Amino acid sequence: MTSGTLPTAPRDHRGRLSARLMVVGLGVPAAPLALFLLSLLLTGGETNLQVLITLGSLFVTCLVVGGFSLSRLLTTRYRLTGERLELSSGLLFRSRHSVPLARVRSVDLTANPLHRVLGLTTLRIDTGGQGTQGGRGLRLDGITAADAAELRRRILQWREASVPEKAADLVCELDRSWLRYAPLTVWGVGGVLAAAGGVYRTLHEMKIDPLELGVVQDLVRHFGSVPLWYGLLLATLALVALGVACSTLTFIENWSGYELRRAEGGVLRVRRGLLATRSVTMEESRLRGVELVEPLLLRWAGGARLDAVTSGLGDRDENRKRRMLTPPVPRPTALQVAGQVQAGEGLLDRTLLARHPRVALRRRINRALIAAVLLAAVPAVFGLWFGPAFLVAGAITAVLLAPVLTAFAFDAFRNLGHAVRGRYLIICSGTFARRTVALRRDGIIGWKITRSPFQRRNGLLTLGATTAAGDGVYKVRDVPVDQGLHLAEAAVPRLLAPFAEQATRPS
Amino acid sequence: MNSMRLRPPRNRVPSRAMGWWTAQSAVFALPLPLTFAILWAGIPPTRELFMWFTLISLVPGLLYMAVMPFWRYRVHRWEVTDEAVYAASGWLWQQWRVVPLSRVQTVDTLRGPLQQLFGLSGVSVTTASTTAVRISGLDSQVGDDLVAYLTSRTHAVPGDAA
Repeated sequence: MTSGTLPTAPRDHRGRLSARLMVVGLGVPAAPLALFLLSLLLTGGETNLQVLITLGSLFVTCLVVGGFSLSRLLTTRYRLTGERLELSSGLLFRSRHSVPLARVRSVDLTANPLHRVLGLTTLRIDTGGQGTQGGRGLRLDGITAADAAELRRRILQWREASVPEKAADLVCELDRSWLRYAPLTVWGVGGVLAAAGGVYRTLHEMKIDPLELGVVQDLVRHFGSVPLWYGLLLATLALVALGVACSTLTFIENWSGYELRRAEGGVLRVRRGLLATRSVTMEESRLRGVELVEPLLLRWAGGARLDAVTSGLGDRDENRKRRMLTPPVPRPTALQVAGQVQAGEGLLDRTLLARHPRVALRRRINRALIAAVLLAAVPAVFGLWFGPAFLVAGAITAVLLAPVLTAFAFDAFRNLGHAVRGRYLIICSGTFARRTVALRRDGIIGWKITRSPFQRRNGLLTLGATTAAGDGVYKVRDVPVDQGLHLAEAAVPRLLAPFAEQATRPS
Repeated sequence: MNSMRLRPPRNRVPSRAMGWWTAQSAVFALPLPLTFAILWAGIPPTRELFMWFTLISLVPGLLYMAVMPFWRYRVHRWEVTDEAVYAASGWLWQQWRVVPLSRVQTVDTLRGPLQQLFGLSGVSVTTASTTAVRISGLDSQVGDDLVAYLTSRTHAVPGDAA
């Protein structure tokens, strides 16, 4: 940092949000108005009190939201002075943020579709700090694209003048063939169902029963004319097709232009996104490990996803959203990235993990059978009132579910494993989503041991390693007491040992 | 490989903690049967129905109130050494926590209205991890001393707390 290149006072750059944001602010209350008109159209001009109250309250809410965005527009100002970017905003609660330019990690421009139409942009400055929103950087939501580009240019220019741009090595970038994994994320089908539920509820609130609309009635009549199994098959196929389409589109939106770079000075940078560019910067000094996640379908197709176990990404929800290092990719690729991000190629290798005792299998089978019985009990209880057909349905459910869930129990048992490898504690578990985590041993800041009545009877315990990063606790489930305590001692010497003793008799 | 197991932490909480746990469980277990009992007494035509409701909701509640405090008292222990905090809690599902003093960020006292009534207090030890270690049901004086000790120790023990 040399003083000669520092901008001086006359080169202050200041600005405010774009007046076009007004359109957005006014546009928000327009949505319930449109809904109201739509409901009038659909019901043929009739209306009732409930519709009025529902839409009225929605309208007021939107008015408040719109009002806030207008007040934000009128009061927000930013200023770029010498070494810092200052942002002041708020009408009732005035707030000022000030970010030293030297700490700026990245400047990102993103635009949601509505902003895009109006030529607006959100400028996000990431300082890589930890904790609160203010500590992590700041957002300028709704400045014109030209202003944003200018501001970004100035910030980057300042940085280049003071800190030489660091070379960033490419670790991994998008391969179009990965698109084949996109349909395997289960959320597609769930998303379709959730959307359908949402639409149904909204219509229902507006006193329109979708089941009574002409279109739907026609559909039902046609369905009535085909055999039930055919109808169900068709409905399932349609649902799956929609789900696949949704998850593929989501994949494309989320992961277009994906690249993972490692900059000098120990910074990992993930960049992705089609409509909105997301950029996440992780400091390697905060990285406590990596986690390989293999959801069931993806695992069957030989795919996996790699997450970072790190702190400094915000609160728990944000950590969950921002910690992804790769999209669903072939398993070898994920392992290779893991090897580059954390030292060691065979770090997440599952073959040499210590196994858990057979009692753990019994616990899983018990759980599977209890789940099967509970699920089968639902139709069976109906049978008490509605006749024996439901009892038969219950029996069939139990007979079908028991072997399937037991198979899952075996899989869950096979996936259990743990090891201490070099500087890492490796834990593997899970069947619907198999998770293999490599947690840095020096990142473990305590132990959380839990024992259920079943575990106490069978001499097992669940050893939880608490850490500042990721989910906070990573658990080694169902290990024998002795083995668990030795594992804890091997992972973090002298922490748990003072509290362990020789067993005089088997506990 | 010799066989190891966890030993219980050294210190028990005062036995009046059992009174506190009983009072606490009463707050959860009694309102529902009480409501049913009032209905039972107040609406004669539904007597039989509400009698059953009252009994069905009362029996598990009373069992819980009778068993839980004693069991919890047997499990609930704590210990602080020069290096770490060690605490056991729970009853059916039991939990043991160990936190090295070098990783402790903040130490807080928790004292709810019921705990105050029994002259008890709780100590919450927070690290950078999301879950804090809570030792509840301590004698107030012991709790204050513990907070003072932990605060002084966490300044003394070197560590980045991260």
